[in-house]
Amino acid sequence: MTESYKIIDHNYDVVVMGAGGAGLRATLGTVEAGLKTACVTKVFPTRSHTVAAQGGIGASLGNISEDHWQWHMYDTVKGSDWLGDQDAIEYMCRNAVPAVYELEHYGMPFSRTAEGKIYQRPFGGHTRDHGKAPVERACAAADRTGHAMLHTLYQQCLKHKAEFFVEYIAIDLIMDDDGTCRGLVAWDLDTGIMHRFNAKMTILASGGYGRAFFSCTSAHTCTGDGHGMVARAGLGLQDMEFVQFHPTGIYGSGCLITEGARGEGGYLTNSEGERFMERYAPTVKDLASRDVVSRGMAQEIRDGRGVGEHGEYIHLHLEHLGSDVLWERLPGITETAKIFAGVDATKEPIPVLPTVHYNMGGIPTNYKGEVLNPTADDPNRIVPGLMAAGEAACVSVHGANRLGTNSLLDLVVFGRACGMHAAEIVDPKASFKELKASDGQQALDRFDRLRWAKGARPTAEIRLEMQKVMQSNCGVFRTSEILGEGVEKLAKTASTLSDVSVSDRSLIWNSDLVETMELENLMVCAASTMNSAEARHESRGAHAHEDYPKRDDEVWMKHTIAKVAWDNNYGVDLTYRPVNNFTLTDEVEYIEPKERVY
Amino acid sequence: MAEFKLPANSVVQDGKSFSAPANAKNTRKFQIYRYDPDSGDNPRTDTFELDLDACGPMVLDALIKIKNEIDATLTFRRSCREGICGSCAMNIDGRNTLACLKPIEDIDGDVKIYPLPHMPVVKDLVPDLSQPYAQLASIEPWLKADSPTPPDGERLQSREERAKLDGLWECILCFSCSTACPSYWWNSDRYLGPAVLLQAYRWLADSRDEYTGERLDALEDPFRLYRCHTIMNCTNTCPKGLNPALAITEIKKMIAERGA
Repeated sequence: MTESYKIIDHNYDVVVMGAGGAGLRATLGTVEAGLKTACVTKVFPTRSHTVAAQGGIGASLGNISEDHWQWHMYDTVKGSDWLGDQDAIEYMCRNAVPAVYELEHYGMPFSRTAEGKIYQRPFGGHTRDHGKAPVERACAAADRTGHAMLHTLYQQCLKHKAEFFVEYIAIDLIMDDDGTCRGLVAWDLDTGIMHRFNAKMTILASGGYGRAFFSCTSAHTCTGDGHGMVARAGLGLQDMEFVQFHPTGIYGSGCLITEGARGEGGYLTNSEGERFMERYAPTVKDLASRDVVSRGMAQEIRDGRGVGEHGEYIHLHLEHLGSDVLWERLPGITETAKIFAGVDATKEPIPVLPTVHYNMGGIPTNYKGEVLNPTADDPNRIVPGLMAAGEAACVSVHGANRLGTNSLLDLVVFGRACGMHAAEIVDPKASFKELKASDGQQALDRFDRLRWAKGARPTAEIRLEMQKVMQSNCGVFRTSEILGEGVEKLAKTASTLSDVSVSDRSLIWNSDLVETMELENLMVCAASTMNSAEARHESRGAHAHEDYPKRDDEVWMKHTIAKVAWDNNYGVDLTYRPVNNFTLTDEVEYIEPKERVY
Repeated sequence: MAEFKLPANSVVQDGKSFSAPANAKNTRKFQIYRYDPDSGDNPRTDTFELDLDACGPMVLDALIKIKNEIDATLTFRRSCREGICGSCAMNIDGRNTLACLKPIEDIDGDVKIYPLPHMPVVKDLVPDLSQPYAQLASIEPWLKADSPTPPDGERLQSREERAKLDGLWECILCFSCSTACPSYWWNSDRYLGPAVLLQAYRWLADSRDEYTGERLDALEDPFRLYRCHTIMNCTNTCPKGLNPALAITEIKKMIAERGA
């Protein structure tokens, strides 16, 4: 180490990493329960990527037509292609209705029905009575539901005087020798000072890792930071091969056009003007779940029926909905289409393409939010002192494919669950176990190594190479050959991280260094995703393997656990744990696997 | 005695220049404000000439291209790149806006990029926004109501009542408006500024909120509210097309009406 860093020590009952929907809801819960809580976030809370969610939050309120949480649960299990854990799915769908009412009571500005209730719209994969027809289940604030939700949660945190550490970059977890998490180390961008948070409970709510891919709807800040920290703590990541491609990213920029656009009556056509989804999903058509629609679109393009000069995209039609409906219910995407595609959606179709959107996989947890470190003997062994929620976590409620609107729901339901469970097991009166001088040394070593990195390859160059490998070798359609080549290429790229060069040496707002630290986290995610995908010899949900086109419940009804050797060229070690084939209560029966048809 | 000199280190000097590749046909110069907090040197403007044929359409694309390919030390905030997170607010071509929504082709000549005006600069294009954030918290921007909420349902709100929130709740807190306001430049310690007042009105306009009187009491102050002199820079500059000036006028009307 070239100099000693200035370090400030803190004691908190709870430290939350991340201030998106899950992080804020967890923070709110622990603060309300009287726990001294620090929320550490790399961006100001309302800039977290939850803000970009558009279409709605799923809950069976039944404000437009009949609905039940059991129907929601069935759709979620089916959407997950039976890889979701049904105890957790039951927990989420049961709690969806009170969770949405709670948001309304917090002041969230939902759109309204004529009776003044929360407005709901249909969404992909959400159906009435076990697949009979689309149902209005997405509770919406125009097409800016995530924005409305994130701001509302931040307002509630202000109300409860939650303590935020804004523009702090979490570097690594502090782990005891016995495997207990003791907090984390973070770097304050504004002052350059290091902060050691000694915490009785650490909650990771650090979001997804869309930026491992070249084209994604995700924000630049979606870099899997919690995933990286977990891997460097020697823990595994679950079901990383399941990456959701959203059917309607704008061609070129990748900006999201909500599925709610199809919920409101929009539809897709190919170069022949055909509404091709009728062939792939005869019952619900354009409102099939995302993996199905994305595959349909990719198949059309492969078969030479793509739109555009080189047949490279698909058309999304909204113009028939009329400009009043568009400006009232879909104002955000109407504007986005104009700015990023140069298209007036009230008059002409929008060019779209399946685009990386969401990571079903992540840090394995149970439905209470506790992080798991499974062993062969105990697949449900917990990591004491560590929880995770939101896109960073894999509970798993989304299994092999997430339904639209279930992500915002996941954030508040499991953010709340973390808060409740932390309140149960953390004693605010208990004294803090003191940190040793060496605790956090791993984080400082990592920071210092990257800060002074003098290699030959700039961060942006390695990152672009990684993103291109992921894009071309881990896409919508996968084969053993493509994935095998991907594993090799990615290993080569990962090995060059030891030759990374950082130009900015400052401790103040060194965003070059931030991006390099993020790149290490992304590489953990990319390596685990590619290797987990290469190993799974079946097709399930978002993982469509052309050499193994069928789901294989006999062999593959199990969660992948990937451990990444971050200090040894990002080699990946894979093990598996069973899917929970039981529900939480006796009020609903386990839903037996069957063929998934929409 | 009054001192008619600029503070030390405040004059912006010419910085480095970087040319586009020799084969570039469609080039444009970007003049970018740089400030290095470690060196104590004066701020400078660096000039980066880019090949627009190898660059995305937005100003943010150009900044990212510069950071990725020319100077990795260039520092700016960015996240969503689609105009919803509010991170990349800065002064471009003399006007506060979001870099991610500003097409390069809308700008004539050299593209001049500065941080949001009149805020302390942390580094390059990163301003310190802790004051407007604290002002936001000061207006207690959360729903306040004493009536019990329905135990198994939402509060009802008619479509007409809900429509009163449109144009208010969509604010992304980028503070382009506040930092474009001469009154805010002059009195930012005491005047709340258009962004925060828009938020204040968002709660005054919400049919579910029951603290209108208290909220108006807190705003009725020569500085907090009445430093707005309807200059309209806020509305003129808002990258989301919102109208903070109208919201401020509505607050003034509410105060006038309850006094009458």
